[in-house]
Amino acid sequence: MKYQKKIGLLLLVLSNAVLVFAQDNKPVEMADVMRSNGKIYVVVAICLTILIGLFLYVWNIDRKISKLEKE
Amino acid sequence: MKVNKSWWKIASFLLLVYTIVGGFLMEVPHLPILNETIRNLYFHVAMWFGMMILFMASFAYSIKYLRGFNYRNDIYAKQFAALGSLFGILGYTTGAIWVSVTWLTDQSQSIGSVMKEPKLIGAAIALLIYGAYFVLRGSFTDIDKRARISAVYNIFAFVMLFPSIWIIPRLVGSLHPGAPGSDSGNPALNFKDVDLRLRMVFYPAVIGWTLLGVWIATLKIRLQLMNDKSLLPETPTKK
Repeated sequence: MKYQKKIGLLLLVLSNAVLVFAQDNKPVEMADVMRSNGKIYVVVAICLTILIGLFLYVWNIDRKISKLEKE
Repeated sequence: MKVNKSWWKIASFLLLVYTIVGGFLMEVPHLPILNETIRNLYFHVAMWFGMMILFMASFAYSIKYLRGFNYRNDIYAKQFAALGSLFGILGYTTGAIWVSVTWLTDQSQSIGSVMKEPKLIGAAIALLIYGAYFVLRGSFTDIDKRARISAVYNIFAFVMLFPSIWIIPRLVGSLHPGAPGSDSGNPALNFKDVDLRLRMVFYPAVIGWTLLGVWIATLKIRLQLMNDKSLLPETPTKK
Protein backbone atom coordinates (compact mmCIF):
# COMPACT_ATOMS: atom_id res chain seq x y z
CA MET A 1 0.00 0.00 0.00
CA LYS A 2 2.77 2.35 0.96
CA TYR A 3 4.66 1.34 -2.15
CA GLN A 4 1.65 2.09 -4.34
CA LYS A 5 1.29 5.47 -2.75
CA LYS A 6 4.87 6.24 -3.57
CA ILE A 7 4.43 5.21 -7.18
CA GLY A 8 1.30 7.34 -7.36
CA LEU A 9 3.15 10.30 -5.96
CA LEU A 10 5.98 9.77 -8.43
CA LEU A 11 3.54 9.64 -11.32
CA LEU A 12 1.88 12.80 -10.06
CA VAL A 13 5.20 14.60 -9.94
CA LEU A 14 6.14 13.30 -13.37
CA SER A 15 2.83 14.30 -14.92
CA ASN A 16 3.28 17.69 -13.35
CA ALA A 17 6.66 17.95 -15.02
CA VAL A 18 5.11 17.01 -18.34
CA LEU A 19 2.45 19.64 -17.77
CA VAL A 20 5.06 22.31 -17.07
CA PHE A 21 7.00 21.19 -20.13
CA ALA A 22 3.87 21.44 -22.24
CA GLN A 23 3.24 24.94 -20.93
CA ASP A 24 6.72 26.01 -21.92
CA ASN A 25 6.20 24.76 -25.43
CA LYS A 26 2.81 26.34 -25.92
CA PRO A 27 3.07 28.67 -28.92
CA VAL A 28 3.17 32.27 -27.77
CA GLU A 29 0.49 34.39 -29.30
CA MET A 30 1.90 37.09 -31.57
CA ALA A 31 0.20 39.62 -33.82
CA ASP A 32 0.33 37.25 -36.78
CA VAL A 33 -3.00 38.38 -38.24
CA MET A 34 -1.74 41.92 -38.54
CA ARG A 35 1.27 40.62 -40.39
CA SER A 36 -0.62 38.28 -42.70
CA ASN A 37 -3.15 40.86 -43.86
CA GLY A 38 -0.49 43.56 -44.22
CA LYS A 39 -2.05 46.00 -41.75
CA ILE A 40 1.31 46.22 -39.98
CA TYR A 41 2.57 48.23 -42.97
CA VAL A 42 -0.08 50.84 -42.23
CA VAL A 43 1.34 51.23 -38.72
CA VAL A 44 4.87 51.50 -40.10
CA ALA A 45 3.78 54.07 -42.70
CA ILE A 46 2.06 56.23 -40.07
CA CYS A 47 5.00 56.09 -37.67
CA LEU A 48 7.39 56.96 -40.49
CA THR A 49 5.23 59.90 -41.50
CA ILE A 50 5.29 61.26 -37.96
CA LEU A 51 9.04 60.72 -37.75
CA ILE A 52 9.68 62.48 -41.06
CA GLY A 53 7.42 65.36 -40.03
CA LEU A 54 9.23 65.76 -36.73
CA PHE A 55 12.65 65.69 -38.38
CA LEU A 56 11.61 68.23 -41.01
CA TYR A 57 10.42 70.51 -38.22
CA VAL A 58 13.64 70.18 -36.21
CA TRP A 59 15.71 70.63 -39.39
CA ASN A 60 13.79 73.81 -40.11
CA ILE A 61 14.47 75.20 -36.63
CA ASP A 62 18.13 74.29 -37.08
CA ARG A 63 18.29 76.29 -40.33
CA LYS A 64 16.59 79.28 -38.74
CA ILE A 65 19.02 79.29 -35.83
CA SER A 66 21.95 79.02 -38.26
CA LYS A 67 20.62 82.06 -40.08
CA LEU A 68 20.30 83.98 -36.81
CA GLU A 69 23.84 83.03 -35.83
CA LYS A 70 25.20 84.48 -39.04
CA GLU A 71 23.65 87.86 -38.41
CA MET B 1 24.39 74.42 -43.51
CA LYS B 2 27.08 72.09 -44.72
CA VAL B 3 26.15 68.46 -44.97
CA ASN B 4 29.51 67.19 -43.77
CA LYS B 5 29.04 69.02 -40.49
CA SER B 6 25.57 67.65 -39.89
CA TRP B 7 26.18 64.05 -40.90
CA TRP B 8 25.14 62.85 -37.44
CA LYS B 9 21.75 64.50 -37.79
CA ILE B 10 21.17 62.53 -40.97
CA ALA B 11 22.52 59.43 -39.23
CA SER B 12 19.98 59.98 -36.46
CA PHE B 13 17.17 60.16 -39.00
CA LEU B 14 18.28 57.05 -40.87
CA LEU B 15 18.77 55.08 -37.66
CA LEU B 16 15.29 56.01 -36.47
CA VAL B 17 13.76 55.07 -39.82
CA TYR B 18 15.51 51.72 -39.44
CA THR B 19 14.25 51.51 -35.85
CA ILE B 20 10.64 51.90 -36.93
CA VAL B 21 10.80 49.70 -40.02
CA GLY B 22 12.98 47.02 -38.45
CA GLY B 23 11.37 47.42 -35.07
CA PHE B 24 7.90 46.65 -36.37
CA LEU B 25 8.69 44.20 -39.15
CA MET B 26 11.68 42.14 -38.07
CA GLU B 27 11.39 38.86 -36.24
CA VAL B 28 11.44 39.00 -32.43
CA PRO B 29 11.63 36.20 -29.85
CA HIS B 30 8.25 34.77 -28.92
CA LEU B 31 7.95 35.30 -25.17
CA PRO B 32 4.97 34.63 -22.93
CA ILE B 33 3.31 37.66 -21.28
CA LEU B 34 5.37 40.08 -23.36
CA ASN B 35 4.20 38.73 -26.73
CA GLU B 36 4.49 41.44 -29.35
CA THR B 37 5.19 44.16 -26.77
CA ILE B 38 8.84 43.09 -26.62
CA ARG B 39 9.21 45.61 -29.45
CA ASN B 40 8.88 48.32 -26.80
CA LEU B 41 12.54 47.59 -26.12
CA TYR B 42 13.38 49.78 -29.12
CA PHE B 43 11.39 52.70 -27.77
CA HIS B 44 10.90 52.50 -24.00
CA VAL B 45 14.31 51.09 -23.07
CA ALA B 46 16.04 53.25 -25.69
CA MET B 47 14.61 56.32 -23.89
CA TRP B 48 16.38 55.32 -20.66
CA PHE B 49 19.64 54.62 -22.45
CA GLY B 50 19.36 57.96 -24.21
CA MET B 51 18.63 59.64 -20.88
CA MET B 52 21.71 58.06 -19.35
CA ILE B 53 23.96 59.26 -22.19
CA LEU B 54 22.52 62.79 -22.10
CA PHE B 55 22.95 62.98 -18.32
CA MET B 56 26.51 61.79 -18.79
CA ALA B 57 27.12 64.67 -21.21
CA SER B 58 25.57 67.09 -18.72
CA PHE B 59 27.78 65.69 -15.95
CA ALA B 60 30.89 66.09 -18.13
CA TYR B 61 30.07 69.72 -18.90
CA SER B 62 29.44 70.46 -15.23
CA ILE B 63 32.91 69.19 -14.39
CA LYS B 64 34.28 71.19 -17.30
CA TYR B 65 32.56 74.28 -15.94
CA LEU B 66 34.10 73.79 -12.51
CA ARG B 67 37.56 73.43 -14.05
CA GLY B 68 37.58 76.74 -15.88
CA PHE B 69 34.38 78.60 -14.89
CA ASN B 70 33.48 79.15 -18.51
CA TYR B 71 29.80 80.14 -18.55
CA ARG B 72 29.41 78.41 -21.91
CA ASN B 73 29.85 75.00 -20.24
CA ASP B 74 27.09 75.81 -17.76
CA ILE B 75 24.68 76.36 -20.65
CA TYR B 76 25.70 73.02 -22.16
CA ALA B 77 25.25 71.21 -18.85
CA LYS B 78 21.81 72.69 -18.29
CA GLN B 79 20.43 71.86 -21.73
CA PHE B 80 21.76 68.31 -21.76
CA ALA B 81 20.19 67.78 -18.34
CA ALA B 82 16.91 69.17 -19.68
CA LEU B 83 16.86 66.80 -22.64
CA GLY B 84 17.91 63.91 -20.41
CA SER B 85 14.99 64.66 -18.10
CA LEU B 86 12.63 64.80 -21.07
CA PHE B 87 13.83 61.35 -22.16
CA GLY B 88 13.40 60.12 -18.60
CA ILE B 89 9.84 61.40 -18.42
CA LEU B 90 9.08 59.79 -21.77
CA GLY B 91 10.61 56.55 -20.53
CA TYR B 92 8.46 56.70 -17.41
CA THR B 93 5.28 57.40 -19.34
CA THR B 94 5.88 54.67 -21.90
CA GLY B 95 6.70 52.32 -19.04
CA ALA B 96 3.36 53.08 -17.42
CA ILE B 97 1.56 52.10 -20.61
CA TRP B 98 3.61 48.94 -20.95
CA VAL B 99 2.90 47.96 -17.33
CA SER B 100 -0.82 48.24 -17.82
CA VAL B 101 -0.90 45.54 -20.52
CA THR B 102 1.69 43.10 -19.22
CA TRP B 103 2.40 43.03 -15.50
CA LEU B 104 -1.09 44.11 -14.47
CA THR B 105 -3.19 41.96 -16.79
CA ASP B 106 -1.22 38.99 -18.08
CA GLN B 107 1.02 38.48 -15.11
CA SER B 108 -1.82 39.46 -12.73
CA GLN B 109 0.41 41.54 -10.51
CA SER B 110 -1.51 43.74 -8.12
CA ILE B 111 -1.25 47.50 -8.45
CA GLY B 112 0.39 47.40 -5.03
CA SER B 113 3.23 45.16 -6.13
CA VAL B 114 3.83 47.28 -9.22
CA MET B 115 3.95 50.40 -7.06
CA LYS B 116 6.55 48.68 -4.91
CA GLU B 117 8.68 47.90 -7.95
CA PRO B 118 12.09 49.29 -6.91
CA LYS B 119 13.04 50.41 -10.39
CA LEU B 120 9.93 52.58 -10.64
CA ILE B 121 10.63 54.16 -7.27
CA GLY B 122 14.32 54.56 -8.11
CA ALA B 123 13.58 56.17 -11.46
CA ALA B 124 11.09 58.52 -9.82
CA ILE B 125 13.67 59.52 -7.22
CA ALA B 126 16.30 60.07 -9.92
CA LEU B 127 13.98 62.24 -11.98
CA LEU B 128 12.91 64.22 -8.91
CA ILE B 129 16.57 64.86 -8.08
CA TYR B 130 17.02 66.24 -11.59
CA GLY B 131 13.81 68.23 -11.13
CA ALA B 132 15.38 69.80 -8.08
CA TYR B 133 18.38 70.72 -10.25
CA PHE B 134 16.15 73.00 -12.32
CA VAL B 135 14.43 74.40 -9.24
CA LEU B 136 17.86 75.16 -7.79
CA ARG B 137 18.94 76.89 -10.98
CA GLY B 138 15.81 78.96 -11.06
CA SER B 139 16.25 80.19 -7.52
CA PHE B 140 19.46 82.12 -8.15
CA THR B 141 19.71 85.66 -9.39
CA ASP B 142 23.49 85.72 -9.49
CA ILE B 143 24.64 83.94 -12.65
CA ASP B 144 28.07 82.88 -11.37
CA LYS B 145 26.67 81.53 -8.15
CA ARG B 146 23.96 79.71 -10.04
CA ALA B 147 26.42 78.11 -12.42
CA ARG B 148 28.80 77.07 -9.66
CA ILE B 149 26.31 75.60 -7.22
CA SER B 150 24.20 73.89 -9.85
CA ALA B 151 27.31 72.34 -11.39
CA VAL B 152 28.19 70.80 -8.03
CA TYR B 153 24.58 69.69 -7.54
CA ASN B 154 24.52 68.19 -11.04
CA ILE B 155 27.48 65.99 -10.18
CA PHE B 156 25.61 64.77 -7.11
CA ALA B 157 22.47 64.16 -9.19
CA PHE B 158 24.39 62.09 -11.71
CA VAL B 159 26.05 60.01 -9.01
CA MET B 160 22.64 59.37 -7.42
CA LEU B 161 21.43 57.78 -10.66
CA PHE B 162 23.60 54.74 -10.04
CA PRO B 163 22.20 53.52 -6.71
CA SER B 164 18.65 54.57 -7.51
CA ILE B 165 18.19 52.99 -10.94
CA TRP B 166 21.07 50.55 -11.42
CA ILE B 167 22.18 49.13 -8.10
CA ILE B 168 19.19 48.95 -5.72
CA PRO B 169 16.72 47.37 -8.19
CA ARG B 170 19.27 44.63 -8.75
CA LEU B 171 19.85 43.97 -5.08
CA VAL B 172 16.21 43.65 -4.09
CA GLY B 173 13.55 41.87 -6.11
CA SER B 174 12.41 43.67 -9.23
CA LEU B 175 10.02 42.92 -12.05
CA HIS B 176 12.51 44.43 -14.44
CA PRO B 177 15.17 42.24 -16.03
CA GLY B 178 18.40 41.89 -14.10
CA ALA B 179 16.84 41.28 -10.70
CA PRO B 180 18.29 38.63 -8.41
CA GLY B 181 16.63 35.28 -8.86
CA SER B 182 15.46 36.00 -12.38
CA ASP B 183 17.17 34.23 -15.25
CA SER B 184 17.63 37.40 -17.24
CA GLY B 185 21.20 38.00 -16.08
CA ASN B 186 22.52 41.44 -16.81
CA PRO B 187 20.56 42.56 -19.84
CA ALA B 188 22.06 46.04 -20.04
CA LEU B 189 25.69 45.20 -20.42
CA ASN B 190 26.07 41.47 -21.06
CA PHE B 191 25.83 40.80 -24.79
CA LYS B 192 24.77 37.21 -24.22
CA ASP B 193 21.65 38.13 -22.26
CA VAL B 194 19.75 39.94 -24.98
CA ASP B 195 18.57 38.06 -28.03
CA LEU B 196 20.63 38.73 -31.16
CA ARG B 197 17.53 39.71 -33.16
CA LEU B 198 16.64 42.32 -30.56
CA ARG B 199 20.15 43.70 -30.39
CA MET B 200 20.23 44.24 -34.14
CA VAL B 201 17.56 46.90 -33.79
CA PHE B 202 18.09 47.93 -30.17
CA TYR B 203 21.61 49.37 -30.43
CA PRO B 204 20.90 51.40 -33.59
CA ALA B 205 17.71 52.61 -31.87
CA VAL B 206 19.64 53.80 -28.82
CA ILE B 207 22.13 55.67 -31.01
CA GLY B 208 19.36 57.16 -33.16
CA TRP B 209 17.25 58.41 -30.24
CA THR B 210 20.31 59.74 -28.42
CA LEU B 211 21.49 61.67 -31.47
CA LEU B 212 18.02 63.17 -31.83
CA GLY B 213 18.19 64.24 -28.18
CA VAL B 214 21.64 65.73 -28.69
CA TRP B 215 20.42 67.57 -31.77
CA ILE B 216 17.50 69.19 -29.94
CA ALA B 217 19.80 70.00 -27.00
CA THR B 218 22.29 71.72 -29.32
CA LEU B 219 19.48 73.80 -30.82
CA LYS B 220 18.55 75.02 -27.35
CA ILE B 221 22.22 75.59 -26.50
CA ARG B 222 22.76 77.67 -29.63
CA LEU B 223 19.70 79.77 -28.86
CA GLN B 224 20.85 80.42 -25.32
CA LEU B 225 24.39 81.19 -26.43
CA MET B 226 22.95 83.85 -28.73
CA ASN B 227 20.76 85.20 -25.93
CA ASP B 228 23.60 85.44 -23.45
CA LYS B 229 26.19 86.67 -25.92
CA SER B 230 27.04 89.63 -23.72
CA LEU B 231 27.85 87.32 -20.80
CA LEU B 232 30.29 85.19 -22.74
CA PRO B 233 33.97 85.99 -23.24
CA GLU B 234 34.64 88.09 -26.34
CA THR B 235 36.66 85.45 -28.12
CA PRO B 236 34.90 82.22 -27.37
CA THR B 237 37.44 79.57 -26.51
CA LYS B 238 36.86 76.42 -28.49
CA LYS B 239 34.65 74.58 -25.99
